[in-house]
Amino acid sequence: MKCFVGIDLGSTTTKAVVMDDNGQSLGHGITNSRSNYDTASKVAKMEALVSARLTMFRRALKSIDELNGMVDDVIDGLERNFRLELFLEQLGDLRQTCIKQVRQPGYTGQWDQLSEALDEIFNRLEQSLLALFAPGAERKSDFFRDLAGAEYMNVGEKVAAESGLAFDNLLNVYDKSIIEVENRPPETALAEKFLIALDRVFTERKIPADTQIVRSRIEEALGIDFEETYTVGTGYGRVRLPFPKEHIRSEILCHGLGAHLMYPKTRTVLDIGGQDTKGIQVDGNGIVANFQMNDRCAAGCGRYLGYIADEMNMGLHELGPMAMKATRTVRINSTCTVFAGAELRDRLSLGEKREDIIAGLHRAIILRAMSIISRSGGITDEFTFTGGVAKNEAAVKELRLLVNENYGDVTINIDPDSIYTGALGAAEFARRAGTGVPQSH
Amino acid sequence: MNTAAKTEVVKESSMVRQKEMIARNYDALTSTAETGKKVASTFVPGNLNELIMSFGMLNNLPEINAINNGMRRKSGMMIMDAERRGHSEDVCTYVKADIGQMSKGNIAPNGKPMPPPDLLLLSYTGCFTFMKWFELLRHEYGCETAMLHVPYTGDGVITDNMRNYVVKQLKEEVIPKLERVSGVKFDIDRLRENLRLSAQAEDDLVWVLQSARNVRSPIDAYFGGVYYIGPIFSAFRGTQEAVDYYRVLRGEIEERIKKGLGPITPEGDMPEEKYRLVVEGPPNWTSFREFWKMFYDEGAVVVSSTYTKVGGVYDLGFRHDPDNPIESLADYCLGCYTNRNLPTRVEMLENYIEEYQADGLLINSIKSCNSFSAGQLLMMQEVEKRTGKPAAFIETDLVDPRYFSAANVKNRLESYFQMVDQKRSAKAA
Repeated sequence: MKCFVGIDLGSTTTKAVVMDDNGQSLGHGITNSRSNYDTASKVAKMEALVSARLTMFRRALKSIDELNGMVDDVIDGLERNFRLELFLEQLGDLRQTCIKQVRQPGYTGQWDQLSEALDEIFNRLEQSLLALFAPGAERKSDFFRDLAGAEYMNVGEKVAAESGLAFDNLLNVYDKSIIEVENRPPETALAEKFLIALDRVFTERKIPADTQIVRSRIEEALGIDFEETYTVGTGYGRVRLPFPKEHIRSEILCHGLGAHLMYPKTRTVLDIGGQDTKGIQVDGNGIVANFQMNDRCAAGCGRYLGYIADEMNMGLHELGPMAMKATRTVRINSTCTVFAGAELRDRLSLGEKREDIIAGLHRAIILRAMSIISRSGGITDEFTFTGGVAKNEAAVKELRLLVNENYGDVTINIDPDSIYTGALGAAEFARRAGTGVPQSH
Repeated sequence: MNTAAKTEVVKESSMVRQKEMIARNYDALTSTAETGKKVASTFVPGNLNELIMSFGMLNNLPEINAINNGMRRKSGMMIMDAERRGHSEDVCTYVKADIGQMSKGNIAPNGKPMPPPDLLLLSYTGCFTFMKWFELLRHEYGCETAMLHVPYTGDGVITDNMRNYVVKQLKEEVIPKLERVSGVKFDIDRLRENLRLSAQAEDDLVWVLQSARNVRSPIDAYFGGVYYIGPIFSAFRGTQEAVDYYRVLRGEIEERIKKGLGPITPEGDMPEEKYRLVVEGPPNWTSFREFWKMFYDEGAVVVSSTYTKVGGVYDLGFRHDPDNPIESLADYCLGCYTNRNLPTRVEMLENYIEEYQADGLLINSIKSCNSFSAGQLLMMQEVEKRTGKPAAFIETDLVDPRYFSAANVKNRLESYFQMVDQKRSAKAA
């Protein structure tokens, strides 16, 4: 089948959306942008194609009556086991790369000892990753780097202590190898991995249908060829994409169109990403009428929260929940990220509660975003909030308050998949270009 | 990296002529010790070049020096020097570049030191910073200073009262000081002759700028435009040289129209005209080429700009008038672009968009220039509303290289061009 791909290369993450020729989104994928946009776009696209394939499976399994009410469970299991396969493959690659690393002259004399330690680490890692992908297990991230990295630290420290090796050496080996592995997209042969994953699903649980029929439906769905007809790239890294110029669209247009596709009544879009904040006005066809962005300074963006999280020695995703516990909002005046760090320490020393200060920081971000929106022409009903920060409940809470104070009763749309808004718009542009639909319709 | 800088720059004969004129002027300025000529420092908007020359004096324009230093990538260090001397980050960067230049021996582009001014002649207060700037220079040089107060045309018109007030100051304050400093008696006939030459050049300049009304414009009225206004906005208004320059330039452009050519860029003729834009605000000088390239690479031609009116809004009909010499100087000062109120500026932009069949408006807002930037966002929204054409807003600075974020500017420009495309295809459908 014909499919159309949109890729949004952001400063923090790269997103991809795959669409069919009716404009239906088939799947989406995300990966960390790394410093290598080529790989990031390949991985994001592969992830989106995997997600599109899962959509095909879902459609295929729906025709099996016995699976009624549990198709989603089967698909979840299939995806989880498929990811496990991918992770195991990457883990194998990481193991080989680490072992190659210790052959470097810097480790002369320790080669045997280090290789032995690495073997031990990776054997244990494999077990703990298997546990992470067991049914019902929770994972903090779906990025290989995050999962493998965290586990390597844990296991590596123990193995180093047991074997009397310097953990620093093991850490160096890992640091050098992970970059290499991350920049090497997994080998394809995805179909094979899906079938292995399916077998694992069958052994994990009893399926109330003939497994042969399930298997043959899945095989049929695997047989559908995704014919990549047109790809459009957007985002800061777009010029790095190996596409001709006409395959590149500005992220302003893509976000405007993406928000329109998600919520057709959208007239104002706010996107807060890693390093930029955009206020966009769109018309009834999703055509951009006006926009404003932050300039020169990224203080009102996602990275601001990242910096604050580092300053507080917290995880980025812990900030929102902590701010939600605030009983009051401390006023943070600084418009500069680094100064906000200083203000934060100052407030702490004055005895203010952490949650109240963090609530104030969330408000500070939203205040800056409000200024950008007002410069782009204000908020007209309906208002759609997108980007990584839209997932942060404390930021959303402040936004709702400020929108209501300044613009009254406005419908605020926040899609759980809003991080894909730009890629969705890009995919629609790709579809229009690839099917000859006018760009404005 | 700017690739245009590496390639050989394409030049027409008017460009070569202009370069020689500017070089000669710097040579005249840096050889006053030998020639005994007196120097008046003054500013481009509201400059009284015809009057200064009628006393046999030379004019030195600190903003032009700052622009020169900006384009030669020297202003960054100069600005940092001025900041070390206590000037805030937010002060006009022309001022800081000038102060930085003074602290480094006040060397002109020809490598020779500039003479200290004999007179600081402030003849325009539409930019309030000019007044403070000259206060700093007065402190530095301790020379004679004349400050002419030009009332703001807040209601959009020049009243008789305003004109009389400026004429009175010219007669009672400025002319006597020029006589005193130069040792030359005021000669109104000499002034009339200079004004006559000004008007001739002004006619040709207007023709040149309005040639962009052609669809397939033969000029870029912003990036190219700043070269075209060079002689008349600087030391050459009221000279035969300027008259000759504009005659040659007009001939070149007539030729371009005949041949159906688009604007000339540093990389040669623009092959296509995809977008026609009106631009409000000065350009960025430190990355001028890179900034221009972002336009011509996309086929974007600026068909009209307000910056090319800062030294005189001639296209709205004003001409220096030899029959009413002092009054026309007063009208000139009062009619400068930044002395006009916001409704007048909105109307100008709206008319430009219509008359030049532009696709939309682009505002380059300058961080350190409030006399230009204040109110620009409101202007933009109003122009959008009246014309229904898309507008965009970018932010850079005059000569502070730290405030030109190429990735950011390019991103916004590309978004804007694509927005124009989208609007167009929506209209076609």
